[in-house]
Amino acid sequence: MAHGLLIHADRDQVGVAVRDLKPGETVTGVYQLSLQETRITVRDAVPLGHKVALRELQTGDTVIEYGEVIGVATQPIAAGEHVHVHNIKSVRWG
Amino acid sequence: MAQQTFWGYRRANGAVGSRNYVAILPVDDLSNAAVEGVAHLAPGTLPLPHPYGRLQFGEDLDLHFRTLIGTGQNANIAAVVVIGIEPNWTNRVVQGIAETGKPVRGFSIEGQGDTATIASAVRQARDYLYYASELRREEVPIADAIFSTKCGESDTTSGLGSNPAVGVAVDWLVDQGATVIFGETTEITGAEHIIAGRCRNDAVRARYLAMHENYQQLVRSQGVDLLGSQPTQGNIAGGLSTIEEKALGNIQKTGTSPIVDALAPAAAPTQKGLNFMDSSSAAAEFITLMGAAGSVFHFFTTGQGNIVGNPVVPVLKTTANPRTAQLMAEHIDVDISGLLSLEMTLAQAGQALVDMMVRNLNGRLTATEVLGHKEFVLTKLYRSS
Repeated sequence: MAHGLLIHADRDQVGVAVRDLKPGETVTGVYQLSLQETRITVRDAVPLGHKVALRELQTGDTVIEYGEVIGVATQPIAAGEHVHVHNIKSVRWG
Repeated sequence: MAQQTFWGYRRANGAVGSRNYVAILPVDDLSNAAVEGVAHLAPGTLPLPHPYGRLQFGEDLDLHFRTLIGTGQNANIAAVVVIGIEPNWTNRVVQGIAETGKPVRGFSIEGQGDTATIASAVRQARDYLYYASELRREEVPIADAIFSTKCGESDTTSGLGSNPAVGVAVDWLVDQGATVIFGETTEITGAEHIIAGRCRNDAVRARYLAMHENYQQLVRSQGVDLLGSQPTQGNIAGGLSTIEEKALGNIQKTGTSPIVDALAPAAAPTQKGLNFMDSSSAAAEFITLMGAAGSVFHFFTTGQGNIVGNPVVPVLKTTANPRTAQLMAEHIDVDISGLLSLEMTLAQAGQALVDMMVRNLNGRLTATEVLGHKEFVLTKLYRSS
C-alpha cells in the first residue's frame, strides 16, 4: 500500500503505522475521516501498529490520538520519531 | 430517511427477534441432564445447560434469576420449557418469562425423578415446536430491536479499523431509533472520563461512575493492581503505549451517541439509544448478559481472532486484520481489512456491517451459528453458600 500511516482524528499528533516503516523513509499519512493526506519522514524503525509523531512535542506536552489525550511526553519528541513507552507515559497512572 | 425494516418475529409483548427458538432452560446445574434428555427427544429445541443455580444468595442470586428470566424473555425465543430440581425457584423463573406473554411451562424433578420429568417436559416441548414452526416472519422496524457490541482478542487493527467501523454502524442504529448496549466495565478503564462525559445527565453519569469505582475497589480488595499491568506486555509489543490509548481504541465501537442509561448486569434497557451495562469483558459472559437484557443481534470485532458465539444471540464477527481475515476466514462474517489498505472507507465498512446485519436479522446464519458456537456462560459474582 502507498500510505504508511493512518491517523484517527484531525487533531491527532500521532499516526499509526500500517506496515513496518524504515528510518529515513518519507511516508504518506492519511486522516481516516477526511481522507486528507500529510507527508512525514520517519526517523526510527517503527513496526506495524506503532505510532509516529506527526509534529514536535516538548517534555510535558499531552499526546493526542483519537482526538483525546493518551498520555504525556516524558522527553522532547521530534516529528517523525517513534512514540511509545520510552517517551510517553500515562496521565492516569504511573 | 425511510424507516429501515427487517423480517423478524414480533412477540406478544411487542419485542422483535431475529430467531425463533424453543428453549429448554435449566434453573440449576442438577437439571442439566433432564434438559439434555428433553432436547434429545425433541430435536429442534435449544437446550441451555449451565453450571449454577444452587445455594446462591443476595446480589449473586438476583443476577442468576435476572439472567435466566431475561434469556427466556429474549425475543429470539418463541417458547420455553423450564426444568428445575424443586418447584419454587422453577416457578419464579416461569413467572418471570410469562410476563412477556410467550408460552412457558415449568417442570420440577423432586418427587418423580429425571425420567418422568423428561416424559412430561418433552410432550410440552413438542407442542411448542408445532407452535413455533407456524410463526411467520413479518416486516418489523429495526428501531424495535435491541443490539449489542463487544470486541475481543483485540490488537491495533481493532482501534484502527473494526471498532470505529462498528461505531459507524452503532451510530446508524441509534439514528434509526434502535437500542444498543455496550459494556466492559474493566476494559474501558482509562477512558471512563469520556464515557462519563457522554452520559445524558448527571444521574446516569453518577450510576456509571459508581459501577466503574466498584470494579476498581474489587480489584484493590484482591490485593492486586491491574492498573499497573495495563497495557499488558503483549499490548506494548503491539504498539499500545498507555491504558488511555487501549481504552480509547475499545470505545471507538460505541460511536458518538449520548449514553442514555447505565444498566445493572443482565438488566433490560428501558431507554432507546446507546446504553452502558456493568459487565465483564470475558466474551461468553458478556454476550450471555446481553442476551438476558434482550439483545437479538451482536456485533463482535476481533483482531487476533476470538471465535465466541451464543446460543440465543446471533454474533456477527468482523476484523480489520488482513492476516486474521485470511487465516480464520470461516469465523469472519465481514472482512473489513480494506480499511488498513484504504481500499475501504469507514463509512463503507460501517455500511458493509449494516448490510450483513440486515441479512442476518432476516435469517441468514452467522459464522458462529454455522460453526455451532453456543457459549452460554452465566456471570457469578461470588461463591455460593
